[in-house]
Amino acid sequence: MKEKQNTLILSKGASRWRRLASFCLQGTLLVVTSLSLVAVLFIIYYIARDAWPFFQLNGLKEFFTSTHWYPSRHPEEFGALSIFVGSGLVTLTSILIAVPLGIAAAICLSDILPFHVRQMVKPVIEILAAIPSVAFGFFALVVFAPLLQSNGGTFLTIAFLIMAFPVSTIGLMIISKLLADRFKKDAKAVRIGAFLLLAAPVAWGMIRVCHILIRIPINSGTNTLNVSVILAVMALPTIVSVAEDALQSAGRELREGSYALGATRAETIFKVVIPAAGSGIIAAVILGVMRSIGETMVVWMASGNAAQIPDPWFNILQPVRTLTATIAGDMGEADQVTGSARYHVLFAMALCLLLFSFLSNLISEWIVNRSRKKLGLK
Amino acid sequence: MKLTIVLCLSLLLAGSVFGQKAEKIVIDGSTTVGPIAKAFAEYYMKNNPGVNITVSESGSGNGAKSIVNGSCQVASMSRLMKANEYEAAIGSEVLPVTHVVALDGIAMIVHPGNPVKKMTVDQVKQVYLGKIANWKQLGGPDKPIIIISRDTNSGTYETFEGKVMKGEKIAKNCEYVGSNGAIRQRVQSTPNALGYVGIGFIDNTVKALEINDVYPTPETVRKGTYPIARPLYMITNDYPKMGSHLYQFVSMYLTKKGQEIIEEIGFVPVTAY
Repeated sequence: MKEKQNTLILSKGASRWRRLASFCLQGTLLVVTSLSLVAVLFIIYYIARDAWPFFQLNGLKEFFTSTHWYPSRHPEEFGALSIFVGSGLVTLTSILIAVPLGIAAAICLSDILPFHVRQMVKPVIEILAAIPSVAFGFFALVVFAPLLQSNGGTFLTIAFLIMAFPVSTIGLMIISKLLADRFKKDAKAVRIGAFLLLAAPVAWGMIRVCHILIRIPINSGTNTLNVSVILAVMALPTIVSVAEDALQSAGRELREGSYALGATRAETIFKVVIPAAGSGIIAAVILGVMRSIGETMVVWMASGNAAQIPDPWFNILQPVRTLTATIAGDMGEADQVTGSARYHVLFAMALCLLLFSFLSNLISEWIVNRSRKKLGLK
Repeated sequence: MKLTIVLCLSLLLAGSVFGQKAEKIVIDGSTTVGPIAKAFAEYYMKNNPGVNITVSESGSGNGAKSIVNGSCQVASMSRLMKANEYEAAIGSEVLPVTHVVALDGIAMIVHPGNPVKKMTVDQVKQVYLGKIANWKQLGGPDKPIIIISRDTNSGTYETFEGKVMKGEKIAKNCEYVGSNGAIRQRVQSTPNALGYVGIGFIDNTVKALEINDVYPTPETVRKGTYPIARPLYMITNDYPKMGSHLYQFVSMYLTKKGQEIIEEIGFVPVTAY
């Protein structure tokens, strides 16, 4: 034992040599690490530098309040409000689709499916992230848009049924269970009776909604709905993967403790595992939001790029224009040689996007820290 | 087969060793002129193995930018350079010389199932202004018109804006698409769409409309009776040295073969021999 320790003690010269080497290596690592930080700072600096002249030339008011986007006319008009609304609408819709699906899939993978099935399914979901976005865009433009145009009502109806059927079934089961719990006698009969009794009006309501949906014409297949569905599919692997990791890291002990206290699997999932993994799930959602708002190719190809605020604003069946698509589409004509306002307005948009992702990162950090403290993890 | 490979290799070797050094011509610019530039390049490289020509299509604006900053030798453009682009060029000591290589008509296209056959320029304008919003007003079915335009960074858009819109604003619900091919794709899959493409892009998957009673054909464009038409340009820095590869390339539109190529891909030769 003692001899072994002796071998670790270095001679004075070797120790100096070693210290130098370790100093050099640490220095190199520090430089490499700070490079990414420097890159971020430089990106912010250069975008802000090119965005600044636009605000100097045109001020803030038109950019943020007008919906007139005519950058190539004379005089030029740079009202980007409708483009902000377009970006927001596309992101919101895709997140509304992707988050419930993603979190449900993550819960299913981590707590419900047997381990060997999970080992097979998770890599398949993650493959989705490896498909290049232009392939998604091509699909959206060439396959999905004509499909929406020719069978829009049918698509909406099927989507509605897929969402409404399981939700209403579970809801009805819970309500009838709660009702049945009040009766001591014939609980089972009451439960089935209540379920059937309530199922009839709900089914009628669903059929009514289907009747309305199936008649909705979709004039143009390149619209918010189209890109939102595609973006949701693109954001899914991120959300599922991060949320599933968070749920896994909640730990086996926590779940076993819950079961030991007599909780059912549903109670364990909803009251123990999800709160414990809350910060990770929120991080997953925010990553999904960033994926959606930053995606360019799909929205450029399939959102229609019409600079309008849909009427009414939540009408997802009309084409919209997003910030990213505008930057990508207008870069060709925007004249960097002469430094026109049309060039700088794109940087103003990029700056807004950058600030938004910066803010949402900060917010997610803050939420994660706060919930960690609340759980006493740190 | 083997013999040809050997021959090719030895030719290449000979070319690189004895011939003039491999010349590189870079072409950048309009997606409308792009097919002409590509076909010219293909033909020219076949006959002049020592020359390497690359063609990229990034829009007329980018073409102008590239010729100004010297990253290409030929800017293919579907519009003339603008005053500020000329200024930028002169500022960087580039003298833009414009060659008109072909003519192009802009055809209004609809879905083949659309019964509407003709429109006037003013009707097209009213549709794109959003004042005519239903095919019924044009003698078609009672369906809303989906208007589709090229992105505002394309030369096609600018010609359309100049020839049809005459400076008035296109309606906000107009959809914008990144290329001629993409517009055709959107129109052939959208029954109620109205879009515009260069006449080189008309095929039997879409229907071109008669404008002011004139159907868009090479003849009508050349005669000047088809109203939505324009010349296509290649721009070089100064007039190329006579006899150089660059000179032969940009004056290829004057040769018989050059005109055949232009006609083959659906544009209209400037000169009708």
